[in-house]
Amino acid sequence: MLPAKTGLGFKPEHFPAIIETQPDLGFFEVHAENYMNAGGMPHAMLERLRENYAISVHGVGLSIGGPDPLDEPHLTRLKALCDRYQPESFSEHLAWASHGGTWMHDLLPLPYTAETLDIVCDHIDRLQEVLGRKILLENPATYLTFAQSDIPETVFLAQIAQRTGCGLLLDVNNVFVSCVNHRSDPRAYLDAFAMHAVGEIHLAGHDSEELPSGPLLIDSHGKAVSEPVWALFGEIVSKFGPIPSLVEWDNDVPDFATLFAEAHRAAQRLEDTRHALAS
Amino acid sequence: MSKIETTLGIAAAVTCALGIATAAQADDMSKKMEKCFGVALAGQNDCAAGPGTTCAGTATMDYQGNAWKLVPAGTCAEIKTPHGMGSLEPIKM
Amino acid sequence: MPSHLEFARSFQTALGSDHLPLGAQAGDPTEIAQRFNVYRNNVAYGLSRALARQFPAVERLVGTDCFAGVAQIFIEHHPPRSPNLTDWGVEFPEFLASLETLSTLPYLRDVARIEWARSRAYHACDAKPSSSERLKSLAQHHSICLHASVQVLNLATPAGSIWASQQPGGPAPPAPENWLPETVLIARRGVASMITELIPPEIACFLQQILARQTLATACAKAGPDFDLTEALVLLIRNDLITDINDGRMK
Repeated sequence: MLPAKTGLGFKPEHFPAIIETQPDLGFFEVHAENYMNAGGMPHAMLERLRENYAISVHGVGLSIGGPDPLDEPHLTRLKALCDRYQPESFSEHLAWASHGGTWMHDLLPLPYTAETLDIVCDHIDRLQEVLGRKILLENPATYLTFAQSDIPETVFLAQIAQRTGCGLLLDVNNVFVSCVNHRSDPRAYLDAFAMHAVGEIHLAGHDSEELPSGPLLIDSHGKAVSEPVWALFGEIVSKFGPIPSLVEWDNDVPDFATLFAEAHRAAQRLEDTRHALAS
Repeated sequence: MSKIETTLGIAAAVTCALGIATAAQADDMSKKMEKCFGVALAGQNDCAAGPGTTCAGTATMDYQGNAWKLVPAGTCAEIKTPHGMGSLEPIKM
Repeated sequence: MPSHLEFARSFQTALGSDHLPLGAQAGDPTEIAQRFNVYRNNVAYGLSRALARQFPAVERLVGTDCFAGVAQIFIEHHPPRSPNLTDWGVEFPEFLASLETLSTLPYLRDVARIEWARSRAYHACDAKPSSSERLKSLAQHHSICLHASVQVLNLATPAGSIWASQQPGGPAPPAPENWLPETVLIARRGVASMITELIPPEIACFLQQILARQTLATACAKAGPDFDLTEALVLLIRNDLITDINDGRMK
């Protein structure tokens, strides 16, 4: 289990600053697929980080939502990574990334149907069996919906959690991005979300394009967390208490001080909640 | 050359190499390494680190459908190639 | 209702065409294509940038626009076959050599080979160097185990010098009258120090024999009369590239 504090997505360019300043953070999150090779600097850095911090391994390439069986060699590599670093958490996405042996390396959306629910649950059962641990599954940011979907996303995720015993990773930015894109209410989405299963929260920045019908938000991870997302985050933690919360910044990565300031803002919000709960 | 002479030659070469290598490691190599994206630049070592993963979106919505200029227009313009490059053509495999 | 397999196939096809995935919808149906473009862009742009990070000197040499165009064609012909993006791109050097528009840059394939080898070396398995005591036991019937990062490239073009000229503060590229084939050692010292170094052809020949697990005696003999064993050992020892000595009895 991750500590109910704030964490940051680890960027190699921040490694010297992290080692030098030993920032007060609950955990670092790394993308599993960046640590799939035999040796060298990536592992040297992760081993050093592991000495001082809890680690969350976040997979981006397993294609849990795809029609093909999970890639067994990749499962083996994920297992080896978890055995080596004993991370406090392992998470993946409700998305697909590969089909027919080709990897698109993007988190692609899937329709929510009885068939896809069975597929995703089977995949998570297999993953949890290989890893020997419960995983967290993250809600996606989407730009389209599908006519064949007949289960709401929140219900789909709740049923996955119920059937597989996995936890959920609530990406608040993804909630906001998807709800704005599909012209729905993010607060209604959060009200319907299986909060009891949430083991981690993600926060990130997004970009915005203009379509004839209104804005299209893009989950770019390339800027500071937006004010509406901070507001939703505040509402969640004041209602449900401190939850391990991560700030992601993967494109146009700023210096470590800027990133740490974002984490600090999230930490402040968790602290406020702790005080409110104590009094 | 007899076997013994060769073995002695190897022993001498190892001793000599150990002496030179230890001295060399201290000075000029460290500079060379650094230039080759060594320890000093390890944090920003994007080039050698390889692609890593992409998991975020991009707002660049006009990426596809551009008329791509396949004409090289980088630093290759600063590199002169010899006339009659027949022997320098890439080897076809 | 399409099966999930049919849906995924249609989505994948749509990424590289004007089609749309089965069932794609939006509140305003006129926006479906624009919205789907986000996925097209993410896949194309993400992969193009991943390729550029694997081959940065190639991108500098041809420029970003040309590289993006080349990448788009490469992605069509050789899409990633692994969730590990660093596994992707082994075909890129030969692909570059096959492009007629780039035939005026005969060194490009070799520069790409250097960058691919550097990526292999960067991620190669860690191993401690042999001690001086162990090295002193070296004899002619021994074979030498080199660090997993060690690669030797025989290049028909001066691509090693051209690669070096593309690095920050690098030397000027060779003048046309000095164009010669080059042999390059690519390896990693410790966890982080990348070695990309021009080496004499006889040392390259020696290292290739050693990599093929030949004995020291055979490797020296194959390397020819100009070969200097001390010079070769200095290169290997100062870069911590000898990880063990095999006397043949251990197997």
